[in-house]
Amino acid sequence: MELAGGWVSRRVQEAAEVDLFEYQGKQFFAGYGMPVSPGEIAFTVDEAVAAAERLGTPVMVKAQVHAGGRGKAGGVKFAATVDDVRTHASAILGLDIKGHVVGRVWIEKASDIAEEYYASFTLDRSEKKHLGMLSVEGGVEIETVAEENPDAIAKVWIDPVDGLSESECRSWVAAAGLPDAAVDRTVDILLKLYTAYVDGDADMVEINPLILTPEGQVHVLDAKVTLDANSVFRHEDYAAFDETQSRDERETAAHEIGLQYVGLDGSVGVIANGAGLAMSTVDVISQVGGAAANFLDIGGGADVDTMAGALEVINNDPAVRSIFINIFGGITRGEVVANGIVEALERVTINSPIVIRLDGTNADEGRMILEPHFSDSLQMASTMLEAAERAVGLATTASTGA
Amino acid sequence: MSIFVDETTRVVYQGLTGSQGRYYGLLNRDYGTQVVAGTNPRKAGEDVDGIPIFASVAEAVAETGATASCIFIPAPGVHDAVIEAAEGGVKFIVSVTEGVPAHDEARFYNRLRRDFPDVQLLGPNCPGIISPGKCNIGITAGHIALPGGPVGIVSRSGTLTYQALYELKQKGIGCTTCVGIGGDPVPGTSFIDCLAAFEEDPETKAVMMIGEIGGSAEEEAAAFIRDNMTKPVASYVAGVTAPPGKKMGHAGAIVSGGKGTAAAKMDALRSAGVQVGLNPTEAGELMAGIVAGL
Repeated sequence: MELAGGWVSRRVQEAAEVDLFEYQGKQFFAGYGMPVSPGEIAFTVDEAVAAAERLGTPVMVKAQVHAGGRGKAGGVKFAATVDDVRTHASAILGLDIKGHVVGRVWIEKASDIAEEYYASFTLDRSEKKHLGMLSVEGGVEIETVAEENPDAIAKVWIDPVDGLSESECRSWVAAAGLPDAAVDRTVDILLKLYTAYVDGDADMVEINPLILTPEGQVHVLDAKVTLDANSVFRHEDYAAFDETQSRDERETAAHEIGLQYVGLDGSVGVIANGAGLAMSTVDVISQVGGAAANFLDIGGGADVDTMAGALEVINNDPAVRSIFINIFGGITRGEVVANGIVEALERVTINSPIVIRLDGTNADEGRMILEPHFSDSLQMASTMLEAAERAVGLATTASTGA
Repeated sequence: MSIFVDETTRVVYQGLTGSQGRYYGLLNRDYGTQVVAGTNPRKAGEDVDGIPIFASVAEAVAETGATASCIFIPAPGVHDAVIEAAEGGVKFIVSVTEGVPAHDEARFYNRLRRDFPDVQLLGPNCPGIISPGKCNIGITAGHIALPGGPVGIVSRSGTLTYQALYELKQKGIGCTTCVGIGGDPVPGTSFIDCLAAFEEDPETKAVMMIGEIGGSAEEEAAAFIRDNMTKPVASYVAGVTAPPGKKMGHAGAIVSGGKGTAAAKMDALRSAGVQVGLNPTEAGELMAGIVAGL
């Protein structure tokens, strides 16, 4: 729980997951002794060409984005020559893949592929154990395999206290039906993958495909890694991955001041305390016919600095036409919240009308503090629904210019 | 009656000497909770406003007969604190702290299940538990809860737990016990644990369940309600309009098997006979209707 003045840095808790790019994932895997191809990261076409010259062709040119389906979108190309690298890197850098613009490409020594497998570890929340999945049908989306041929996925549930033993791992690989030639090396990789998953505090590690080469080598050809941001206290190096998370402009601004913010498409700016209440606020706005511009949880404290920062972030969003501040005082007292709002409004000039709903501990005292400041641009509503209706009404009026 | 904690529960606070532990520990005591001890290996023999500090939970249990623990310790120390509490002999553990790594949670959850099967862990990352008028462990503001019955509350979300208590109090409806199970990947206590306990509790006549998007806990709870509950349930699931959240890649999507959206959760609950409100107020009104018909 968010505690008033809590000891946990908000910066840390606020993004629970850290997604790695493929190349970062491969570097992460390599750190645990797993075989990956040599490669280099490039931010420009010239860098890509220089990398290919150093590595020696043929190479793969691979878009680095936090989105699946890169291949289908034209983000992964084989380059037989350095000229091909120039052509492909030019096409891929700047490409939009599911809303993510490619800013960097990974240039990797090309591999010959005999067979493609799938391997992953993640937490099975229902079983409360780790789940390993292995399939000889790699290279395609695993959801498709799960749907069309679920028997092709061998699963193993691992008690986190015991870990994964070599003999269990062997039985698992046998159950997946890998060819004899691939078994020993795959067992070795899977044991290292499990160590990386646990010691690295990953929410998920996935190799798709894990390949068998014609020479009988087993090799990591793609890497998908999601780290648990809550573990940064024992992985200081993870802070570096923070810069490469995909966020829109508004999310970046909110992130910088440590707010939990998700950008949405509507016109009612939302400020609430607590993730559940913030989600609920977005729901209620939609139920009365509006649309929220954002989800913003200011946590339990709701002090002046947090409130001012939150108002500023919302105020800078050009799509916002009205603002709904929804506060439920539990331990946080209503008059503290009200003072925070009043002081924040003195610091920041707000362009849109504000509707406040304040309930819970000392809500009456809070309302009395706010009352002298009430106007067309600062209103109070007694329930969540009423506040949502008013905020949506104000947003509609503002956007039609009525 | 109430579930898990009542006026006989004797609580040791791990981290009572810290600022958070002291603040909430004393608030809980003011509420009427039997706060019998605190722990801090470096401050054994001292006291916090008259509450004795011991070096370990085991010592606190031996000296004070503590039956429950509340952990107010920063995230890096929570794993060891949970194990210490279980080894020390308490039977109910509340872990409020947020930001505990998922791997730590998976480890201590499975360790407890194996070596301490009679110990119930609540949390981490939860507001705690309150049996109004009897015992409040954690950070819930006690005065927003009306003592008595007939409603039991279980919630995955902090502020919505308070909202639910408040909605019922506004309507003059009391609560036997309100359990905030928290929204972390491996909650020590599940919806089902609470639903089963409420079903057994003679004073609880109906249950309010507050869910959230993500995971499949609500779907599992729905199946339990359908098969095992005779008492009526009203529910709200937050996040109906939330955009698809950050999925845990392909592997995560498979584990949940397409479950996890608010719509899927509400459908599952409705088909189990649960009355589902579209917002907390509506859920409160549905519960008022249920209570009126009891």
